Amino acid sequence: MIGSEKLVARGLGRSYGDAAVVRHGRTVLTERLDRFLQFDARTGVLECEAGVTINALIDHFLPLGFFPSVVPGTKHVTLGGAIAADVHGKNHHVAGAFSRHVRSFRLLTASGAELECSRANNADLFWATIGGMGLTGIITDVRLTLSPVPSPYVSVRYERASNIDDALELFHADDHRYAFSVAWIDCLSRGGSLGRAVLMRGDFAPNELLTARQRHDGSRRSPTPRLSVPGSAPQFVLATPLMRAFNAGYYHSHPGAPRTKVLSYEPFFFPLDKIRNWNRLYGRRGFLQYQCVLPSVGGREGLIRILEMISSSGSASFLAVLKRFGEGEPGQLLSFPRVGYTLALDLPNRGPEVFELLERLDALVVRFGGRVYLAKDARMRPETFRAMYPEFRTWLAIKNEVDPDWRFSSDLAVRLRLMD
Amino acid sequence: MGTTIHSSPASADRTGAVNAPARESVLILGASSSIARWTAHAFARRGYDLILAGRDDDDLARLASDVRVRHNMGAETLHFDALSVSSQATAFGDAVRLAGGAEHLAGVVLAFGLLGDQRRAAHDSELAGYLVDVNFTAAVRVLTVASDHFESRGRGFIVAVGSVAGDRGRQSNYVYGAAKAGLAVFMQGLRHRLAPMGITVLTVKPGFVDTQMTFGHPGLFLVAPPSAVGEQIARAVEEQRSVLYVPAFWRIVMLIIRLLPQRIFHRTRL
Repeated sequence: MIGSEKLVARGLGRSYGDAAVVRHGRTVLTERLDRFLQFDARTGVLECEAGVTINALIDHFLPLGFFPSVVPGTKHVTLGGAIAADVHGKNHHVAGAFSRHVRSFRLLTASGAELECSRANNADLFWATIGGMGLTGIITDVRLTLSPVPSPYVSVRYERASNIDDALELFHADDHRYAFSVAWIDCLSRGGSLGRAVLMRGDFAPNELLTARQRHDGSRRSPTPRLSVPGSAPQFVLATPLMRAFNAGYYHSHPGAPRTKVLSYEPFFFPLDKIRNWNRLYGRRGFLQYQCVLPSVGGREGLIRILEMISSSGSASFLAVLKRFGEGEPGQLLSFPRVGYTLALDLPNRGPEVFELLERLDALVVRFGGRVYLAKDARMRPETFRAMYPEFRTWLAIKNEVDPDWRFSSDLAVRLRLMD
Repeated sequence: MGTTIHSSPASADRTGAVNAPARESVLILGASSSIARWTAHAFARRGYDLILAGRDDDDLARLASDVRVRHNMGAETLHFDALSVSSQATAFGDAVRLAGGAEHLAGVVLAFGLLGDQRRAAHDSELAGYLVDVNFTAAVRVLTVASDHFESRGRGFIVAVGSVAGDRGRQSNYVYGAAKAGLAVFMQGLRHRLAPMGITVLTVKPGFVDTQMTFGHPGLFLVAPPSAVGEQIARAVEEQRSVLYVPAFWRIVMLIIRLLPQRIFHRTRL
């Protein structure tokens, strides 16, 4: 490696916080590292460069009948970023995190050596890089498995849950029957309706379920977004009473009895990609995203305490998601997902009280043995991080061995004082 | 450095196929450049096999894989150094062989070039000569070989990536600009000579394109993505155009710059 400046790789910059920027250093852009190298249609194994995006994978491989095995809530991320944050999708309860489908990758390390990392080779580095937020080096090539799908459509069952207990019960009763499972949750409802939700669960739809029109349209490439938020929304849009009414309206727009719909994969997996610059809806001050996971044991109680705290603060917005995570892999270190419940929500930045709320939420999450997702964090304190990620010591030993001078660093690493 | 041929499994398809339509290849010289890379994809999308020539063998191999996976077309790599006299002389013949014979080499895209540091080139005769060697002399040598190929073949296309910098000498880039201007005149003459045969001779004049050459330079505006430029180059070949400004508004920008009276021109920092 030439020079001595700090470096961090940046894909499409979709982390919500400071993971892919480094002050007094160089940000290494990877989006042009986007070539496909080899694809085996019998096994679904693809070898490609790490700047390839989920969007590019879908554009090319969906017409051939393959889909990425795990996709996050936006298709505008690179594979390198997906590994660095070990992203998860609506199928975590059965398919695990993104890393489960990664066979191997090549990592350009601080010494200049490019190492092949897999569960068998350089396994320590493999696991330290998964969820390692780019701090072990630059991922150059990736080998991963794509999944065969019957069509570009998803058959989704919508089911209302009148409160959090109802929702958890539904998750436990038959989540395993669906490849994809997620719930929109009303973080502003109170009392007996606390945590009321709409569960959306389904599978890729076989051709028989499609209408003639869907069969015809399915072969087309994804359109570029037509909707765009032209400017920052005025603050009143985010007022709590209006949000509460909006959430109630959305909840009641779903009928009491479950129903099934067949829809294109795009609105199901990537609803926000349809609207360019959707973040502007939060006005000039923007928003904070908070995502935590609580272990199954004690998770219900923890969720109730968290929802009570958020609801009474009135800080949440429309966008909130509840999901059940399945088992992880034994080797995972800083990878976020672990078996339990995950809650993700947007909080409009109304000033210091939001940050105070998040501090209190952090304390609750720690108390219930949970953790906060680094890819979405911009404000956690170093002590909190250490309490949430007990595997950090193991990770740090590997990091110090492969990069003793901390050539790879980021504002996130500095803020969480990872090198101390 | 001379020319080395790297064969790929895809080349087996060509001889093995029975009753397949005659496959045609496009040779891209300087194939690692961003514009070249997307031009390669644009031609592969139109059903051409590719012969990718350049100095960075590893990068070319990756580009070739990308073409094969994305378009299911054949892609070969060819080691080519624009400044090597032997490369200049043999590259075209090697490409003909890789294509499977003169009939099968349908076109050439000359995409190598070097912007260089004008502030240094203005005072450093070594560097100034070097920039002319790469951007002009090397191009002339290779295209001279190519022109005879297409003349005897009687059809095909020749594309060279020039620059808007060649339209008027400016203090900010006149060494590079002079070489590109020379290239444009050479292409003009070639077009005149090959026009009776219906051979397309296209000079591409890119304005600001988002590539390694322009990355981080101050004063860029309305920068075009290289993917769009590649697509426009392939389309211009289909339409048998002579000169292509990309993005198209650069034709107007350069017209104005060319028409500026010298008194006014000398007061600008263009």
